[in-house]
Amino acid sequence: MLIYDLFKMALRSLIANTMRTFLTALGMIIGVASVISMISIGEGARQQTLSTISKFGTNIITVKPGRKKTRHVSSDSVQTLLLSDADAIEEHVSLIIGAAAQVYRPAQLKFGNKNTNTTVRGTGRKYAKLANFTLDRGRYFTKEEIISARRVAVIGATVVKNLFPDINPIGQELKVDGNNYLVIGITEAKGALSWYDPDDQIFIPVTTAQKRLFGMSYVQSIDIQADKIEDLEQIKKEIDTFLRIRHGIREGEESDFHVQNSSQWLNSWGDAAKTFTYLLGGIAGISLLVGGIGIMNIMLVSITERTREIGIRIAIGAKKSEIMEQFLIESVLISFIGGGIGIMLGILISRTVSEIGGWETIVSTQSILLAFGFSVAVGIFFGFYPARKAANLNPIDALRYE
Amino acid sequence: MGQLYLNLSSESVMIEVKELSKTYQLGKVDVHAMVDVTFRIDAGEFVAVMGPSGSGKSTLMNLLGCLDLPSSGSYFLEKFDIRSLSPNQLAEVRNKRIGFVFQNFNLLPRASALENVELPLLYGRIQNSHQIARDSLERVGLAERAMHRPNELSGGERQRVAIARAIVNNPAIVLADEPTGNLDTQTGDEIMNIFSSLNDEGATIILVTHERDVASRARRIIQMKDGRMHQDILNEGLIA
Repeated sequence: MLIYDLFKMALRSLIANTMRTFLTALGMIIGVASVISMISIGEGARQQTLSTISKFGTNIITVKPGRKKTRHVSSDSVQTLLLSDADAIEEHVSLIIGAAAQVYRPAQLKFGNKNTNTTVRGTGRKYAKLANFTLDRGRYFTKEEIISARRVAVIGATVVKNLFPDINPIGQELKVDGNNYLVIGITEAKGALSWYDPDDQIFIPVTTAQKRLFGMSYVQSIDIQADKIEDLEQIKKEIDTFLRIRHGIREGEESDFHVQNSSQWLNSWGDAAKTFTYLLGGIAGISLLVGGIGIMNIMLVSITERTREIGIRIAIGAKKSEIMEQFLIESVLISFIGGGIGIMLGILISRTVSEIGGWETIVSTQSILLAFGFSVAVGIFFGFYPARKAANLNPIDALRYE
Repeated sequence: MGQLYLNLSSESVMIEVKELSKTYQLGKVDVHAMVDVTFRIDAGEFVAVMGPSGSGKSTLMNLLGCLDLPSSGSYFLEKFDIRSLSPNQLAEVRNKRIGFVFQNFNLLPRASALENVELPLLYGRIQNSHQIARDSLERVGLAERAMHRPNELSGGERQRVAIARAIVNNPAIVLADEPTGNLDTQTGDEIMNIFSSLNDEGATIILVTHERDVASRARRIIQMKDGRMHQDILNEGLIA
């Protein structure tokens, strides 16, 4: 029998049981739709995270205090980096635009009867440029203000919204842990991530933060901006060597700081988001599997129902392979139809999620191919056993089957 | 492996069965459904196989129809040793050389009369199947009902579709298993008329029945009893 005729026959028997076919395909529809929409949500989250992170600048090298092994442990209390380290790096390391030390703590801000809790970041003069902050109004602090540890502040857009909803904050004095700070600038809004709002912070001179606010002699990180991204690795090496000598660390000893750049951070965040995507996809994949079992179940029922038909076909000359093909085509057709509808539904769901939820979702061709290929594979895999069962029926018994 | 060809003196031998036996195993008990049956059927014969239920006539039909293989003995159909054929070759024999007619018609319910008749041609990958199937329906006088489904046809019409399907590939033999069993006497007669006229046109027909009237239309009657061949007689009454 030609494949065309087998196809026609399979289609006819599926149409004869439209409701059953639809319900069976529903398993595949849900499976494929959830794989596609879950992956699109995961991908969207990843892309959004990466693009937001890259706003912080990708040509930044960060030096943090602490042993290399404690990478994932908070290094806030390790006191091995000093403000003078930042100045020395800026002076001695080549191929860099600048270096800026920073210290940060949460603190309470007050203006009039309003107050808010936010991050206070003490930074060097070049920090704004390094961290990709542009000023909406006003100015960043001068060298002079840093040297003399003035109480001046540049505030983020979220802080403006919270404390100065209807007046110009420039020239106003806000209270940080009880002390007055003069607002001299406002940074332009960057937009918030779900877990981090870069606009919810204020910047004060690093010296002011160390001496007047936090009472600390060390710094929590030093950011260095490379002139060119290609030089990142070389600069990292240079900083490492320079600081080791400066901190008097002997060969073979571990450094009391570690050097990383934001692209590494970006990568590890990207990896984490990817894992998240795989996880979502994997969970959705389970529903595909369940859909496949549904197909197998219905095919087994269908074969029992059509035992006599199979007997007739064998009697009039159908080969085993032809019986098998007929039922295999049926199950693949179901998963094919389910896959097709599932793709459309999946795209629809991911669109709806980004419309209503405001999340970015990305439907990739890859995920469509993956889901579709997987659904057809499921159809073949779970259709195989019932089809073989049909092909191996004894024609005499099958013809007598009532 | 037996010999593939049997040296037959007569060119017209259609079926040669020698000491054919079939034993089923039911649990630990061997059931001898058929024991040492030997006969020969020539081309153009019209044979009725008679016998009470359990006499082995259904087993004989299944073996002759290549739906089952014998436990021992030999079966040559058109000089081919059936026991030497592969499952796919047997399927081809069923498709091209044997036509089945069943008591309960056994038509595909969702297919039209024409499509039912066409089905063996599709399995045989025969060109122009539509026209051939139509011609076959014409031979049983059912051309105008070609597009009807089995449930839209009467019992007699269904059986005629089944006959059209059986003969569509011009088989060597037509095997009919109680073809009138589900029909009233008059319709049964009409069906038997079709078999008779097919036989007149040269078809070899083997018919299983337990009705004397039906058997009397055949020219030769084989009587089965307890799995053995009991009698093999010519139906003189019909040979004028």
